[in-house]
Amino acid sequence: MAAAATSTTSTTPASPDAAASGTPDVRKMPIAKALNESLRSAMENDPKVLVMGEDVGKLGGVFRITDGLQKDFGEQRVIDTPLAESGIVGSAIGLALRGYRPVVEIQFDGFVFPAYDQIVTQLAKMHARALGKIKLPVVIRIPYAGGIGAVEHHSESPEALFAHVAGLKCVSPSNASDAYWMMRQSIESDDPVVFFEPKRRYWDKGEVDVTAIPAPLHAARVAREGGDLTLAAYGPMVKTCLEVANAAQEEGRSLEVIDMRSMSPMDFDTVQKSVEKTGRLVVVHEAPVFLGTGSEIAARITERCFYHLEAPVLRVGGFHAPYPPARLEDEYLPGLDRVLDAVDRALAY
Amino acid sequence: MTVESTAARSTSRRSGTGGKRATKKAASAPGDAGSTTGTTAKTAKRSKPAGSKPAKAAKTAKPTKAAKTAQPARTARSAKPRAAGQGANGSAGPELVQLLTPEGERVEHPDYAIDLSAEELRGLYRDMVLTRRFDSEATSLQRQGELGLWASLLGQEAAQIGSGRALRDDDYVFPTYREHGVAWCRGVDPTKLLGMFRGVNNGGWDPTTNNFHLYTIVIGSQALHATGYAMGVSLDGADSAVIAYFGDGASSQGDVAEAFTFSAVYNAPVVFFCQNNQWAISEPAERQSRVPIYQRAAGFGFPGVRVDGNDVLACLAVTRAAVERARSGQGPMLVEAFTYRMGAHTTSDDPTRYRRDEERAEWEAKDPIARLRAYLEKDGLADDAFFASIDEESEAMGKHVREAIRTMPDPDTMAIFENVYADGHALVDEERAQFAEYLASFADSAESAGEGR
Repeated sequence: MAAAATSTTSTTPASPDAAASGTPDVRKMPIAKALNESLRSAMENDPKVLVMGEDVGKLGGVFRITDGLQKDFGEQRVIDTPLAESGIVGSAIGLALRGYRPVVEIQFDGFVFPAYDQIVTQLAKMHARALGKIKLPVVIRIPYAGGIGAVEHHSESPEALFAHVAGLKCVSPSNASDAYWMMRQSIESDDPVVFFEPKRRYWDKGEVDVTAIPAPLHAARVAREGGDLTLAAYGPMVKTCLEVANAAQEEGRSLEVIDMRSMSPMDFDTVQKSVEKTGRLVVVHEAPVFLGTGSEIAARITERCFYHLEAPVLRVGGFHAPYPPARLEDEYLPGLDRVLDAVDRALAY
Repeated sequence: MTVESTAARSTSRRSGTGGKRATKKAASAPGDAGSTTGTTAKTAKRSKPAGSKPAKAAKTAKPTKAAKTAQPARTARSAKPRAAGQGANGSAGPELVQLLTPEGERVEHPDYAIDLSAEELRGLYRDMVLTRRFDSEATSLQRQGELGLWASLLGQEAAQIGSGRALRDDDYVFPTYREHGVAWCRGVDPTKLLGMFRGVNNGGWDPTTNNFHLYTIVIGSQALHATGYAMGVSLDGADSAVIAYFGDGASSQGDVAEAFTFSAVYNAPVVFFCQNNQWAISEPAERQSRVPIYQRAAGFGFPGVRVDGNDVLACLAVTRAAVERARSGQGPMLVEAFTYRMGAHTTSDDPTRYRRDEERAEWEAKDPIARLRAYLEKDGLADDAFFASIDEESEAMGKHVREAIRTMPDPDTMAIFENVYADGHALVDEERAQFAEYLASFADSAESAGEGR
């Protein structure tokens, strides 16, 4: 995969309407830095944007996503919080009611559940309960998914648990450009957004044009065109799927790869268009397959593309088991071989 | 279960002063951890070394019979071996702030003074009577099938009116689902409160109109919202205060503890107003705490005080002090209003299954409205004409509420899809369109059948 990393496996979008806004300012940076730059520019643009979470201040976050922000914006805007996730989200709700736009960091995926009640019961519903009179522009950043050899509770993919909840929006970038722009757009959103950051891709570099006009936050993107089968993925699995497409190409198969980018809402139109062309769809995510986002994609695409499908929609993902200890995660996570196996099965119909 | 609490022990006819510590003792502690010891310590009030007890902060002081000796009433409490599980109510007596006895007699308190005009006193009476009337009307409307449910505030009028009247317009209130009296003080149209209980909405008012947040049903969640809002007030450099209402049951929730922590470490201008009405549905306050609830504040580094929740004057005075404290940058404070839920938890509840009739009777004697009326009459602060006018106004309100509820329209079916998101959502749009089409299919067939379209 290293060899291919330059061209075909790049997850970076070709060039999102760059020219449109004048001189492009293109910089190459890792996803982590793109997120940091995005937070910085959002804070510069809007004094109401706050960053809060555990260790986000002096330390800059355990992944350094907020590195340097407290130094430049002060302790009032980059707030180290007590170690209490419900408290973090609950107080962020209060700050939003006061007119602020808090960007909350949950340190790891597995730590979000103490805040789940505040997110699901309060944050998601409050706009509707007030008949639309109040807005809750809160972004909840969650470094998620596995692949870094971490201990328990540091590698989970809980996105379906949030995408299932009306009132929340859920997105996950796969590359530096999307990391930058989707974060900016999430912060500008008047709805709560759960922002899933693919932690094992934090250090993957890509080009970011900070002058570009970005694609809509919830639009999927065709990351690679192909005609034989469609792979749909988001976040960390986009890179995996591009690698799969490379490998398949060597066997003479042309795979189209769609970066979903958003799990709520989901851009089914883009997937539909692709499947109407390819007739086959494999959905890939790290989260357990059972009742996962892939199940929803499979159901919707089956409804929309029933007469175009040449094979059932297949899903590749985690098992109905706790995320395994690190020594087993390479087997657990969907990788080249497991995805190719599903591709073979779909093509065999 | 102690329940014989308040009044009984509230003997406090504190004859004057033990030294008028008008002192805002609280004034010192900036609300950080230091205040635990800080506050306490500094207040000389602690006559005994009393070891552990972190002086429940200042304001607690409570006169009692013991207190006649000038100082230190509050110490009484400290001296006790609290560890032994005194329960949530403890010996409610000594530390209870009271300014008006159940018999309607004005008493003074060294830390909390109040001086209201006759008009203001009559205003509080009016507030409580109208609130009670609204509440009983709502209970009746539930019995008549107009509401699906009602959570009565019967018995808690003083706690709500006293605290609600301590606030400024720019302050912000985060209620539970029972703060009908506070809503009244904020100027919220009472009939708006009925919407969610009738089932026409899940909230139904613009919280920013009266700085009165939506009712929160999940227990304790709003304490964090209040804290965050208060953090925002601080960031803005404003001098508004925020008040979070919750109950004895909610005091067990992690969110309430986290709100205490956050507000303390950020020194947020928030008042935690706990109405300990003795019952969380069927569970007595003892099931929630091994120490009196107000004492929990000490562990978080800010003052806590217990006030007679059936004494509107004391509730007003103590909340004013707490709000003032918040405004002046001294951080949070916990007020425990010791009161009683005279009715059921909600209209779906049957309290005869878990509590004694005598208990209710004991609290009946401490009724908040009766005691203020007794005081007004005794001191000639209101005449018969006034009481008659309030009765009349009360009748009119009842009629208005009945009419309003009976004419309250059901929401449009498509309201299901409204305001799910502020910026819209493709799935909601798709489902709305599909459902509208589905509904329209009936209309079509009906029309074609009827009109031969």
